[in-house]
Amino acid sequence: MDLEELYQTVVLDHSRKPRNFGQLSDATVSVSGDNPMCGDEITLQMKLGDRVEAVAFSGSGCSICMASASLMTMKVKGKTIAEAEALLGHFQEMATSETAIEPDPSLGDLALLAGVRKFP
Amino acid sequence: MAETNTSPDWVTLRSDFRILDQRVHGKPLIYFDNAATSQKPKSVIDALVHYYESDNANVHRGIHELSNRSTMGFEGARKRVARFLNAASTHEIVFTRGTTEAINLVANTWGVANIKEGDAILLTEMEHHSNLVPWQMLAARVGAVLRFVPVTGDDGLLDLSELDRLLDGAKLFAFTHISNTLGTVNPAKALCERAKAAGVVTLVDAAQSAGHYPVDVQEIGCDFLAFSGHKICGPTGIGALYGREVLLEAMPPWQGGGEMISSVDYEKSRWNTIPHKFEAGTPDISGPIGLAAAMDYLDAIGRENIFRHDQALAEYAYQRLAELPRHRLFGPAKGRAGLVSFLLDDAHAHDLVTLADGEGLALRGGHHCNQPLMKKLGVKSTARASFYFYNTTEEIDRMIDILQKIQEFFSRGS
Repeated sequence: MDLEELYQTVVLDHSRKPRNFGQLSDATVSVSGDNPMCGDEITLQMKLGDRVEAVAFSGSGCSICMASASLMTMKVKGKTIAEAEALLGHFQEMATSETAIEPDPSLGDLALLAGVRKFP
Repeated sequence: MAETNTSPDWVTLRSDFRILDQRVHGKPLIYFDNAATSQKPKSVIDALVHYYESDNANVHRGIHELSNRSTMGFEGARKRVARFLNAASTHEIVFTRGTTEAINLVANTWGVANIKEGDAILLTEMEHHSNLVPWQMLAARVGAVLRFVPVTGDDGLLDLSELDRLLDGAKLFAFTHISNTLGTVNPAKALCERAKAAGVVTLVDAAQSAGHYPVDVQEIGCDFLAFSGHKICGPTGIGALYGREVLLEAMPPWQGGGEMISSVDYEKSRWNTIPHKFEAGTPDISGPIGLAAAMDYLDAIGRENIFRHDQALAEYAYQRLAELPRHRLFGPAKGRAGLVSFLLDDAHAHDLVTLADGEGLALRGGHHCNQPLMKKLGVKSTARASFYFYNTTEEIDRMIDILQKIQEFFSRGS
């Protein structure tokens, strides 16, 4: 069923125990975003050099929001900005596609969130 | 309400709503999102179909038969609304797109003419954005200040201990009759009496009360009252503003165009009489006709009966939700209107509503257009179940079973 596909063990695990959760003392960029419709509020901090040297997020949201933030931080850590942008493009394509598409292999566990496209 | 039926046959009434008899995601639909919008009975849908199949023409300007029928239907609906609210005169009813437009009309006409720099507009902390943002916009435009009657906390009552001080120097007191988030029924009559004694004009947001509770504008003693048709079994896109005749007469018009004028020259125009002065352009005609059919339907059941039924459902739901572990309930335990807002520790409201939908249960999750109240209560969102006369205690029992499954799902392995 669609919901079970979306709310899988990995997603629930990341939403309960989000990775890279907290604040960075030496962040070079900090961005906040919210979705007042669902009450999601996330602040993302990164320390950028040639690569994403450190990344952390804080805030609150539904399990899908928390899990996607957690999985994303794990994925982008250590990547170059170009690589991180490519990941973003692949994820957006997967999550907003009108039909199911094969997720790009580089997304790894983030592909577990492919089901969100059914919940606009 | 002379037509009041003493013991409505709720099961037969439910069968007037074919939409309720369906499966969603393979499960029988439980529609608990009535505070957002109600479903429509067959008689309302039939009235719309009849209008378009038999009578459709423009109003107020034709000499031909269909135009006369449309005008009769449209102006007959205005009389029906006046009777529904027990207004002293039919001229006191202005058709609008809904509650929001009615409040914006008052803010942009009466408000601009009467509220000056330094004046206070008194609201409450439980207002829907539709009875907050128009006043913020007016305050910014004229240099007025906003004041708020506090909400006590999770039990969701108005703290009236400082009301006289808050009314002192205010020009307007605009408040909700029934809170869409807390289910609180505010003492509208007493609040209007105290405002009147202080020389303050009153506006009642009746979006959640008009079709759920006996609403009598002369009994309440308000100056303005706004409601929406779609929450009371009527079509979307139609609602009305009630305004006391003397106030409407003195107010400038809002939008300009056809219908709202009596004569037009190139340089200036003279305004039509009330209420037409506030209804520029070809109006929604089928909307009022459908709304009148909804009012006939509701008054045949009796709004006292509807309120008793909704309240019994809400108190039952409150009691059953309180049996769930790790819950938080909002609004008064007793004397509430037909809705309950809640949180369950294990699940974010958005997750809860998403999983409930998978079981055929339609709830609302979010801030309910009450963001400042959510901040005050220290939450981002709540889940809300809101009832109407076609809902049953069996549906509430099924909701509780579904919520228990959701709690188990989210607590698994944690």
